[in-house]
Amino acid sequence: MTTTTRTRAGASLPLRVAGLSWRVRPRGVAVTVGGLLALALLMALNMRLGDLPLGLGDVVRATFDPSVPEHFVVMELRLPRALTGALVGAALALSGAIIQSIARNPLASPEILGVTTGASVTVVAGVVMSGSVYGGVSGLFSALGIPALALLGGLAGAAIVYALAWRRGLDGYRLVLVGIGVAAVFTNVKFWLLTVGDVNDTGRAMVWISGSLNGRGWEHVVPVGLALAVLVPLTLLGTRSLDALRYGDDTVTALGVRVNLSRALMLLAAVLLAAVATASAGPIAFVALASPQIALRVVRCAQPPLLSSAVTGAVLATGADLIARTAFSPIELPVGVVTAVLGAPYLIHLIWRART
Amino acid sequence: MSATAVAPRLHGIRRRRGLVLAALLAAVCVAVVLSVTIGSKAVPLADAWRALTEPTGTENDIVIRSLRVPRTALGVLAGLALGVAGALMQGHTRNPLADPGLLGVTQGAAFAMVASIILLGAQSLLAYIWFGLAGALVASVCVFALGMVGGRGGPTPVTLALAGTAVSAFLYALTSAIVLLDEQAMDVFRFWQAGSVAGRGPDVVWQVLPFILVGLVLALVNAPGLNALSLGEDVARSLGQNIALTRSVGVTAVTLLTGAAVASCGSLAFVGLVVPHLARPLSGTDHRWLLPYSGLIGAALLLVSDVIGRVVAPSPGELEVGVVLALIGAPFFVALVRRRKPVRL
Amino acid sequence: MRLQAAGVTLGYGDRVVVDGLDLGIEAGTVTTIIGPNGCGKSTLLRALGRLLKPRGGEVLLDGKRIDAMPTREVAKVLGVLPQAPTAPEGLTVADLVARGRHPHQTWYRQWSSDDEGAVALALELTGLADLAERPLDELSGGQRQRAWISMALAQGTDLLLLDEPTTFLDLAHQVEVLELVRNLHQEAGRTIVMVLHDLNLAARYADRLVAMRGGRVVAAGAPHEVLTEELMREVFELDAKVIPDPVAGTPMVVPIRPLSRP
Repeated sequence: MTTTTRTRAGASLPLRVAGLSWRVRPRGVAVTVGGLLALALLMALNMRLGDLPLGLGDVVRATFDPSVPEHFVVMELRLPRALTGALVGAALALSGAIIQSIARNPLASPEILGVTTGASVTVVAGVVMSGSVYGGVSGLFSALGIPALALLGGLAGAAIVYALAWRRGLDGYRLVLVGIGVAAVFTNVKFWLLTVGDVNDTGRAMVWISGSLNGRGWEHVVPVGLALAVLVPLTLLGTRSLDALRYGDDTVTALGVRVNLSRALMLLAAVLLAAVATASAGPIAFVALASPQIALRVVRCAQPPLLSSAVTGAVLATGADLIARTAFSPIELPVGVVTAVLGAPYLIHLIWRART
Repeated sequence: MSATAVAPRLHGIRRRRGLVLAALLAAVCVAVVLSVTIGSKAVPLADAWRALTEPTGTENDIVIRSLRVPRTALGVLAGLALGVAGALMQGHTRNPLADPGLLGVTQGAAFAMVASIILLGAQSLLAYIWFGLAGALVASVCVFALGMVGGRGGPTPVTLALAGTAVSAFLYALTSAIVLLDEQAMDVFRFWQAGSVAGRGPDVVWQVLPFILVGLVLALVNAPGLNALSLGEDVARSLGQNIALTRSVGVTAVTLLTGAAVASCGSLAFVGLVVPHLARPLSGTDHRWLLPYSGLIGAALLLVSDVIGRVVAPSPGELEVGVVLALIGAPFFVALVRRRKPVRL
Repeated sequence: MRLQAAGVTLGYGDRVVVDGLDLGIEAGTVTTIIGPNGCGKSTLLRALGRLLKPRGGEVLLDGKRIDAMPTREVAKVLGVLPQAPTAPEGLTVADLVARGRHPHQTWYRQWSSDDEGAVALALELTGLADLAERPLDELSGGQRQRAWISMALAQGTDLLLLDEPTTFLDLAHQVEVLELVRNLHQEAGRTIVMVLHDLNLAARYADRLVAMRGGRVVAAGAPHEVLTEELMREVFELDAKVIPDPVAGTPMVVPIRPLSRP
């Protein structure tokens, strides 16, 4: 049950600056930089395309000049939405990379920590129970209600999994198994709730469960941005212990990593990232699972590389949103539908290419 | 050589396994009786027996013969199929997270069903099931083909699992896109997704029976090969096992079993995920015992969950078996995982 | 000649490890392959056991091409124990050994009295009868290694290929395993091919030594012919003294210092 067996070209170079020293993988750096460039390109396209096509010059002018009529479209509609997409993608992917490293299992994702499933079941309950009688998503579950509900549900789900899996320490294997059990309860209750409600409510709930960036504003950008700003540096500091964790508990203890503490902290970071991301955009499918696997195959290392995974996730989500928004215009697909349609063939291509 | 000293002990191990098998069989029989007699209309055991042996057309006879018996039979078949398929899948991938839907079977079935609704205007349950079966088989073949070219000299567990997950996610995305655009498809899909054995007539049972029977036979044939494979591919090869053949037979069995079960009863893959973990402490790692144990536990669990679903909801309503299964099976599963050191693959 | 490699070329991916190698294994002998790390000894053993298909040349078992024979038939004659094999957690010794009977079983004959006898005998021979019901992961390294050898014995082949059967074992357990191998050879007349790292033990327990370097056979023959001071320099780049083993009389290597590399 190894994450992968491929380590070729996983070379690393020492990097020393003023008494500090790290080891960096040239390929990892190249992939990260390339990913960021692709992300910038996609974001620019995202700014330009839509019901009101804009030239790049228009976009720049609209950004800085509040008097232009396009200012509202760019600054209040397109930019926050695009940023939400990129940030949520990065957060989910980073969360997935951490969980896959700790569980030492390529099939692990925030789902098994109860985060996304917990969020889904609370939101579906909210939507179905408020019902269309009240004019759709209104009252208690209005724009501010659903993110709060999702955040609560996600954190509660993770707390339940964590509490049940904790037994004189945290065994990665037990965590995964407990997570499966809890996720199954949440998922099936969700399925049941979907059959109980009116078919219109079901449809609306399905849009949220699939992950959607429709109508996301600055209030969605800020929480994810803050979470990433705090957690990315922290998780990168934890990379060393994560690298060590894959050798199994005995070796890790021998290497001088305090297994339970570092694992618990990394998991907490993964939970927070996934919960905040899900609260903003719903559980966008496949990003958390596929991005780390894509990144490690592109970078050619044995473990999901955290930074490259996050960039991959951002690119995947942004690209998917671009398609979701424009491909079938005026009908807009949930972004989660497109992430899988885009990401799955690429992952398959990478698996196929890896044959030797 | 005094080899005789060891032989009785080996006998003892085998006898103990036989006894467990008998106990599990008995548990399934009890579950069958419960499933036939309990429901929104309780039927005494004697009446149920009479309905089967000498029906006279009473209301009880009709309830038993046209509703309870097909439903129970389908429950037994689906439980057996998913339990065995789950154990096979986890054995082949050496991954405790592997559920029998991993090869894209579940999502293949779902996609084919909703596609048949919007593209071909399919209307009846029987039609949905045929399409579901076809979709399950096609998806699985695609995943296996991908794993085949992806791995070195045959599909490796990791590439197989990843290819399966990728294809599943792809199909699930298409399915959600369809159901979001089409209300009728959404309505069929949401009930299928919850998982149920209710309202299926004898025709459905006959429809899936051949697939499940062939799947079970292939699974049992596969067991010794899987035992050899669990020692690693080198040891398996040195024991004279053809690895590509073993994997192909295993995947075919999983596909037939899971495809038939999910097409007829909805997404109940959780049974296949959990049951092997319940069976492994009883059977050890020998698949010749693990597979039958998993099948029987799956059947018993599914039937009991179905009965509970009939009882807890206010009559005439019912709770879908998939929901009950998760609500009962998962806590049990979590408790088991917590209590003992989990048996790794 | 029981087993023969005729001009075999072996490799993984783009890398060629062994190029055009010839080697014959006589019936009823214990042959030990020695050589520095990465010289291709394990690769050669895997090819002899048909776990690795040669790129060129052929491996012959009793004069027939091994890859043209049904793999199950080969498994009845030839047993291979790879380096550091892994078992699923919780597998008991008895279950592991029973799996050695795999090639003799069919779907309609899962467990015959022959199988039972062979398993019991293999457990007895390896001294594991009392541990039969213990899970493998609870045993010591030496016991675990004996269990794997026991599995290979239950397979009932008279040709056994063992890849570093003494890795991870302390000296006492190494000797224990090699004594077991010698008994199998002497009492049951089995033909054995091993890869070993300890040269002194290799010399003591083998009829024939094969020294490899860079994918080629440098020397082959009786231990006292092969294990010489020149060979130590040529194959292991080690300055060493070779003296007779005070117990067995076989050659014994006393290392002095590594040759400085040019």
